[in-house]
Amino acid sequence: MGFLTGLFWLFATIAAALAAGWLFRAAAIAASPQGLAREFRTMPLTASFGLLMILIYILVAIFAPALAPFSETEIVGREYMPWDAVHLLGTDNLGRDMLSRLIYGARNTVGIAFATTALAFVAGSVLGLLAAVVGGWLDQLLSRAVDVLMAIPALIFALLLLTIVGTSILNMILVIALIDSTRVYRLARAVAMNIVVMDYVEAAKLRGEGTWRLITREILPNAMAPLVAEFGLRFCFVFLTISALSFLGLGIQPPTADWGSMVRDNATLISFGDITPLLPAGAIALLTVSVNFVVDWQLHRASGLKE
Amino acid sequence: MTETRDVLLTMKGLRIEGRADETWTEIVKGIDLTLHKGEVLGLIGESGAGKSTIGLAAMGFARDGCRISGGEITFDGIDLRAASEEDRRHLRGHRIAYVAQSAAASFNPAHRLIDQYAEAPVRHQVMSRAEAERDAVDLYRRMQLPNPDEIGFRYPHQVSGGQLQRAMTAMAMACRPDLIIFDEPTTALDVTTQIEVLAAIRDIVDQFDTAAIYITHDLAVVAQMADRIKVLLKGEEVEEADTRTMLTAPREAYTKSLWAVRSFARPEQAPVGGGTPVVSVRTVTAAYGSVDVLHDVSFDVHARRTVAVVGESGSGKSTTARVITGLLPPRRGEILFNGTALPPDYRKRSRDQLRQAQMIYQMADTALNPKLRIRDLIGRPAQMYLGLQGKRLDTRIRELLSLIELEPDDYIDRLPSELSGGQKQRIGIARALAAEPQFIICDEVTSALDQLVAEGILKLLDKLQGEFDLAYMFITHDLATVRAIADEVVVMKDGRVVEQGPKTQMFRPPHDPYTELLLSSVPEMDPDWLTGVLGKRRASG
Repeated sequence: MGFLTGLFWLFATIAAALAAGWLFRAAAIAASPQGLAREFRTMPLTASFGLLMILIYILVAIFAPALAPFSETEIVGREYMPWDAVHLLGTDNLGRDMLSRLIYGARNTVGIAFATTALAFVAGSVLGLLAAVVGGWLDQLLSRAVDVLMAIPALIFALLLLTIVGTSILNMILVIALIDSTRVYRLARAVAMNIVVMDYVEAAKLRGEGTWRLITREILPNAMAPLVAEFGLRFCFVFLTISALSFLGLGIQPPTADWGSMVRDNATLISFGDITPLLPAGAIALLTVSVNFVVDWQLHRASGLKE
Repeated sequence: MTETRDVLLTMKGLRIEGRADETWTEIVKGIDLTLHKGEVLGLIGESGAGKSTIGLAAMGFARDGCRISGGEITFDGIDLRAASEEDRRHLRGHRIAYVAQSAAASFNPAHRLIDQYAEAPVRHQVMSRAEAERDAVDLYRRMQLPNPDEIGFRYPHQVSGGQLQRAMTAMAMACRPDLIIFDEPTTALDVTTQIEVLAAIRDIVDQFDTAAIYITHDLAVVAQMADRIKVLLKGEEVEEADTRTMLTAPREAYTKSLWAVRSFARPEQAPVGGGTPVVSVRTVTAAYGSVDVLHDVSFDVHARRTVAVVGESGSGKSTTARVITGLLPPRRGEILFNGTALPPDYRKRSRDQLRQAQMIYQMADTALNPKLRIRDLIGRPAQMYLGLQGKRLDTRIRELLSLIELEPDDYIDRLPSELSGGQKQRIGIARALAAEPQFIICDEVTSALDQLVAEGILKLLDKLQGEFDLAYMFITHDLATVRAIADEVVVMKDGRVVEQGPKTQMFRPPHDPYTELLLSSVPEMDPDWLTGVLGKRRASG
């Protein structure tokens, strides 16, 4: 019986998700101008659902103070209170409201992850494109440095660096951005390598264009599709790294709400069959899946355009 | 002559649709076709005429994004549209075979030639593996491949392009099919290689009495190969007749215009009477790494003159262009521009020196940044070299578009992907013109284009030369183009200039033996040409 109900809910959730995706796509097509509407029309339901979810996360992050019933850090009741009308998702190990912390967590975790990924991308792609265009010793120097950084397992390296420089949000952003930029560098360099051999780049060089203009006008626009796709994936990895670090106690520091540390703080409840500590984990999973849906669509589109 | 033989393949009212922008558009509009056993039918037309699509439809196959929407295809009494996918698969490779344009791209690089040869006969249970291997060697010998006993044990990358194309034809023959479809099998080859492949294909089709559909855009080639020719335009048949009738007395205006393409030739120019050449290549020796690829190359290009540099691939034509543009600094020798030596490396040249020498590329697809609009593509050199801005720049771009015969308002804001091949090449020309140069290198600018379009480009280049006193260096392997546009010819082989002089002198004997080989390999419209040339070569060699 329980199995059947479970199955029912599973299908109901998938159906609801697809329906939401379909509605969102219809709305997006109606609301956007001609060119954009055509893009949306080719969007699969999964991508549409993913986009909708990402949008919801962003809205929650922006309007967190308005949405959350209580403050992020305030102790509003006993520890581990069950779900009730006042505290919709109960309270955590210190008696703070779980729902409010979940909502504020979106802001911290997503915001920091976005900043980190953006930083990693700017650094990684600029250096990668530069290495591909200039070549020679600069390429060798950067590539070997990146090889060295990549040889050390990412999480352990991050833990090591954070213990050296001390844990603060800024340090964490910088450390993770540094580690992830090496992956972006490799991709950007590989993509750009295929573009610099094109005749139009040769034509631009012979015209006497400078390196910066070569990168921004001739190469970057043509490397955009794989880089955007990588941005989505990288965002997920960064997100998971932050959560992992927070879970280990080296990430976002209490009392700031963060999904990773929320799982750790309330992990005891799992042994009592309560699913509350899994909700932040679920929030992470849902966002990760959503981003990947959108990324898959973008990748597919980018490869389809090359026909 | 073939009327009495059995009919092998018929198509009646064949319609094929292609999907673009979420709607189905008809690309083949009701084609009728009859092919008898042992007969060779030539399909010719420009790109987009639907030649390849019809060729594939003869196997009951439609490419991804295409569907056969109407008509009948009957192969030896079997209705291919009604047949199950299983039945059709049994026919393909066994009774109908296909030879693609690029053998290099069609062979699986991870397997040896003979393994790929044996695949179809073993799969269709025509022969055992051992028989197939013996048979392969026999066919390789008949295709006149060197070392037929061991060539099958090489991998595709260890064999030259012409040999690969012959190996592919042998492979298509493996099951002794009733019908082979040749889709532009020699288009990617040099003239000297092409003639060998053509001869080999013709012999083997004769020997096994195989019917064939020969798809090409090269009229002279089809004249050698086909018994009958069908001319296509935009998915519709223009006319069909046997080869000799078609060549001597075409009925339709379109066919006549195709035939007339090769008649374009510019008037003779008086020989250059001294003066400083615009570009002078002086005893240039250049190397990639430690291997010399150019040896003592020298020639001059004068204003208002076109120098054609001719040779097969690997002869150093494009390398010479790279030396002139400064991409490959020479090991010895120098490039003089109006009498002054240019710095060997393009990075050391002044902006004005860069402006004076422009280049037009072979593949307009890769020569134009696909993400920039025409306005930026053409406008950039004008903005950079001449400092044009705003309104003046816009006027200049429109002027350039009019010069290359494209309507400015229609094209100025398009992306390269919204243009046809010929239009892209015109944009390439406009980009070169925008710099207001004295000298333009044209690197095989017409070789990727259909003949009619190519003729348009040549006429345009000729017109522009007169208007702006340009000097051209025209790299090509197509001697028909040389006849049309050149004033002087430089013949290159293995990085050396083997002969040079005015065009009239080059096309008149006596020749250097290599020039002779090149000249005699250019297919002519006469259907007896191939037989004649081969006969002569055998007699003398």
